[in-house]
Amino acid sequence: MTHEDWQLIEFTARMAATSTLLVLPLGLALAWCLARGQWRGKVLLETVVMLPLVLPPVVTGLALLKLFGRRGLVGSWLHNVCGFDFIFTWRAVVLALAVMSLPLLVLAAKTAFEEVDRSFEQIARTLGAGEWRIFFTITLPLARRGVFGGTLLAFARALGEFGATIMVAGNIPGQTTTLSTAIYQYVQLGEDGHAWLLAGVSACVAFLAVLVASKYLVRQAKR
Amino acid sequence: MSQDIEASFIRRFSNGPQIQVEALRTSGPGSTTILFGASGSGKTTVLRCLAGLECPQEGSIRFGDEVWFEARGASLAPPQKRGVGFVPQDYALFPHLSVAHNIGYALNQVGHRERQARVRETMLWLGLEGLERRRPSELSGGQRQRTALARALIRRPRLLLLDEPLSALDGPTRLRLRGELRQLLKQLGIPTLLVTHERTEALALGDQLVVMDGGRIVQRGSVSEVFSRPANLAVAGIVAMETVQAGRVLESGDGLVTVAVGQSKLVSLSPELGVGTEVYVCIRAEDVILVKGVPARSSPRNCLSVAVKSLNAEGPVVRIELLGGFPLAAILTKQACEELALKEGDQVMALIKAPQVHLIPR
Repeated sequence: MTHEDWQLIEFTARMAATSTLLVLPLGLALAWCLARGQWRGKVLLETVVMLPLVLPPVVTGLALLKLFGRRGLVGSWLHNVCGFDFIFTWRAVVLALAVMSLPLLVLAAKTAFEEVDRSFEQIARTLGAGEWRIFFTITLPLARRGVFGGTLLAFARALGEFGATIMVAGNIPGQTTTLSTAIYQYVQLGEDGHAWLLAGVSACVAFLAVLVASKYLVRQAKR
Repeated sequence: MSQDIEASFIRRFSNGPQIQVEALRTSGPGSTTILFGASGSGKTTVLRCLAGLECPQEGSIRFGDEVWFEARGASLAPPQKRGVGFVPQDYALFPHLSVAHNIGYALNQVGHRERQARVRETMLWLGLEGLERRRPSELSGGQRQRTALARALIRRPRLLLLDEPLSALDGPTRLRLRGELRQLLKQLGIPTLLVTHERTEALALGDQLVVMDGGRIVQRGSVSEVFSRPANLAVAGIVAMETVQAGRVLESGDGLVTVAVGQSKLVSLSPELGVGTEVYVCIRAEDVILVKGVPARSSPRNCLSVAVKSLNAEGPVVRIELLGGFPLAAILTKQACEELALKEGDQVMALIKAPQVHLIPR
């Protein structure tokens, strides 16, 4: 493995981790609102959040490209007001990964929150606990398995994302190339051996993640 | 100063049923008001409305001079502000927290050291010492019940709401904890509202009794009053125990307990009770046998000479009020009544077997 390969692995992992960290608070908040709240527009929000799950990733990427491009709704504002561009930078990689992995976390966390018996939260209320405290001391700990599983799923999805990433971030070596886009490129260039090597690395990372997760989940289940 | 709850409200459910409560009151420090009724009669909903976990559509709930709920003024005190100790039927102990953390949950605004001290003190008080690190799943039923009580009481609530506190326990444990709970409720010095559908529990734990049926209050009064004089057939059916009289243990031994009731003595088959123990003596009307003239010899331990006070036909049976050393109710079939040619003022013998005289310590 060359120095560039290592850099590629490190970059991909860093992007996936960053996007997962970004997605975590947002995803948990959304999941909680969807699981506990009763308000108008809930179904609409849920549909929008879940959309990347059912759309072809390339289509999601295209939408992000239009939105965050320099002439896009968000992109032009960011360019003019904040002075930085999204498209074809590492930021776009994180954005694509985050949007693609968000629904997986929301779906898992929402189910986990729904499964928490509400009588625990109600009792906590009679004991004087506010809603934030109840969330962090009762709901989240009781839903931890589902939340952890969802986070892992989101991270794994981010590690392997291809379609949306290549649309918004392109494939600029040393800047936006991830493991998946690199494999695609090596195959295009006929460097099959190199592609297989990276594919093996991908498989190892995925295997490790599942192993860690199942160990953790088994230990949790025994408690 | 202790305060009392005063509630009149209507809680409607979208799928039809309606719970209507009129002038529900607790009766002072250390008193226990029993909400009595079959399952589905709306007792739990009443408790949940008082705790603030459900919101009625009409009426008001007041505690002392505080308004907890007012339909017109649209005022609603959140459960956090009510200072109520609520113990639900399944206890709802937090499964992921240890016993000590469950009990100390309400004390997050108290310093670490004081919190520990109070948790220890409460656990000692309720006999939970040594279980600090256990999870709720590792406790026995009785320990769970006491943990739930400890968690509710550590905050020094102003009102205690208990939903079927003994129903999750097995028979022998229930009997033991009933006594403990009675002591505890007396010590607390706050009003308690307790939901149950067990008449022995109501008799053992209650001072005041509120009977609910079909989402409404159908009778209220002191425990012995309601049990011995059900307002109507519906209440009689719910309480299902026609004679309830206060008595005192005179003798106890060999599995038999002699109690003084009014001017009479009754023998009961009952576990040993200390001489002088105050009890409720309960006799079902259908267990009372009436005989005209003096029986030569009979097996029942209790033979009382009584006068017929009144006869009321209720369908195929006749309910008879008797007066001897104390008021006694009997139910006979119409045919039996005719054969005996019973009429008001007759002197008869009432026979009651010792196992059918139920004693409930109070």
